[in-house]
Amino acid sequence: MAKYLGKRLLQSIIAILGVTLVVFLVLNVAGDPVTLMLPANASFEEIEALKAKLGYDDPVFVQYFRFLGNALRGDFGLSYNYYQPALSVVLERVPATATLALAAFAVSLLISIPAGIVAAVRRNSKTDAVIRTLALLGQCVPAFWLGIMLMLLFSVKLKLLPTSGFESWSALILPAATLGLFSAATFTRMLRSNMIEVMGKEYIDTARSKGLSERVVVWKHAFKNALSSLLTVMGLQIAGLLGGAVITETVFAWPGIGRLLVQSINNSDFNVVEVIVILMATSFVVINFIVDVLYCVVNPRIQLQ
Amino acid sequence: MISSLKKSKTGMVGVAIVLLVVLMAAASGILTPYDPAKQDLYHKLAGPIWSGGTGEHLLGTDQLGRDILSRIMYGSRVTLLVGFSGTVCAGLLGVTLGAIAGYFGKWADVVIMRIVDIQLSFPFILLALFIAAVLGRSLANVILIAAISNWVNYARLVRGEILAVKEMEYIEAIRSVGAKDGRIVLFHVIPNVISPVIVQATLGMARIITMEASLSFLGLGVPVEIATWGRMLAEGRDYMLTDPWLAIIPGLAITLTVLGVNLMGDWLRDYLDPKLDV
Repeated sequence: MAKYLGKRLLQSIIAILGVTLVVFLVLNVAGDPVTLMLPANASFEEIEALKAKLGYDDPVFVQYFRFLGNALRGDFGLSYNYYQPALSVVLERVPATATLALAAFAVSLLISIPAGIVAAVRRNSKTDAVIRTLALLGQCVPAFWLGIMLMLLFSVKLKLLPTSGFESWSALILPAATLGLFSAATFTRMLRSNMIEVMGKEYIDTARSKGLSERVVVWKHAFKNALSSLLTVMGLQIAGLLGGAVITETVFAWPGIGRLLVQSINNSDFNVVEVIVILMATSFVVINFIVDVLYCVVNPRIQLQ
Repeated sequence: MISSLKKSKTGMVGVAIVLLVVLMAAASGILTPYDPAKQDLYHKLAGPIWSGGTGEHLLGTDQLGRDILSRIMYGSRVTLLVGFSGTVCAGLLGVTLGAIAGYFGKWADVVIMRIVDIQLSFPFILLALFIAAVLGRSLANVILIAAISNWVNYARLVRGEILAVKEMEYIEAIRSVGAKDGRIVLFHVIPNVISPVIVQATLGMARIITMEASLSFLGLGVPVEIATWGRMLAEGRDYMLTDPWLAIIPGLAITLTVLGVNLMGDWLRDYLDPKLDV
């Protein structure tokens, strides 16, 4: 297991380095930041002079290692919009996004675990059909529209919940539901098919023949085994939550890094964009690594591979 | 194929929805009641016919008096154009790179699969937004973004399939009669791995359609003058209190289209790969 995890750790580090390289190349080589810093009528000489001053005329790999060195010290330059270090502008918003993502993840599990199990246990019943249809619809509805529709229903018509903002816990409900429903749909479909597969295994027959109650068979024998294979997609789901946060935060004016990203793109505040992209991609790589470690713990057979 | 479709109710629904969207796109310009960009401030924010509107504008008008039905019809063109060309570009890129990685192996495989790993470190929509931020708004850029952020799935799929196929005896036989690598890959390996690619393409198209709508919604998609469903939804959001239909109608169009494409993909998977039982 140690060898496997060591290999995965190395892969993760390479992936993170790759992410920084891609972000650096796209922003600095394809994007030409110097031209963006100067007024549109700047002369060729002025542009060249600023390039030389800021080190943009060095070979690309020299620039990249300088960028990487600065990044490791937490220096991503200033935010042109907030006149503060880009990193601290972003870090200020992290708790809001983390709260939203965790709440959404909870929503997703609270819905998908019972729904997936019921659908699998009552396979081909009407309940199963309803759950499957809802899960399919949940995967097709774009998050921004779902958010607006929930807002329309619960805030505008029923006046139960606030439309946006960050003031109270009730303000968390709609964004978390919006973000969580999509992954609930995916999880439900996955759990259902995993459960169906597991329920057909011989050890389930054995458990039943021992005279265990159906509840014990489903929860202790089937669900536990179906869950371990769900772990592998959990990483992808979390990526979906991080990505979906960008849209959900924009819809609900939630003050997290997703909304900051969209604002910074619109304001050409590229240092902030850089930090957010690297931060999100890195956390995704780290989460996937943790999921793999968990998977090793839950599923000891992987040690043999 | 038709008889298999007749057996699958959901597949029928999917194909019907997709055909409807295609017809809508084809008929825009011919059957559209109004110019989608024509403003008529005297008749702005007219409700749809079932909600206080007159028959003049079936689905009502927006805040600038533009006809919603015409805009929805024109919008379907962008949806289909981006969905289709994005999928084709992503597919071509992914299949080519995946085939190179799988068939030739060695350093080509290492390099391509490392790129795949790095790309998979970006949440999908984040990558799309990032490229959109750097490239700027245009229709061609949205298609390019769709291709760049989607090719990975095809590459992994094709690589895996090719690894399984390339050691088979019939490939050995073709090689022994003197066929070159390029010919073997193009005419003998790829045709054998094409059905999972088609299934992947349909499901990928649904993703691309949602992505285009998301980018337009965030104002980072095609230029604002072009009518798109995502853009209509973003504009309609501001009138949610008084005219909710402005946001409801385009969202419904997106959801139904994505549903149709997904249902079609599910049916295609069952049809092309009966061994798979999902």
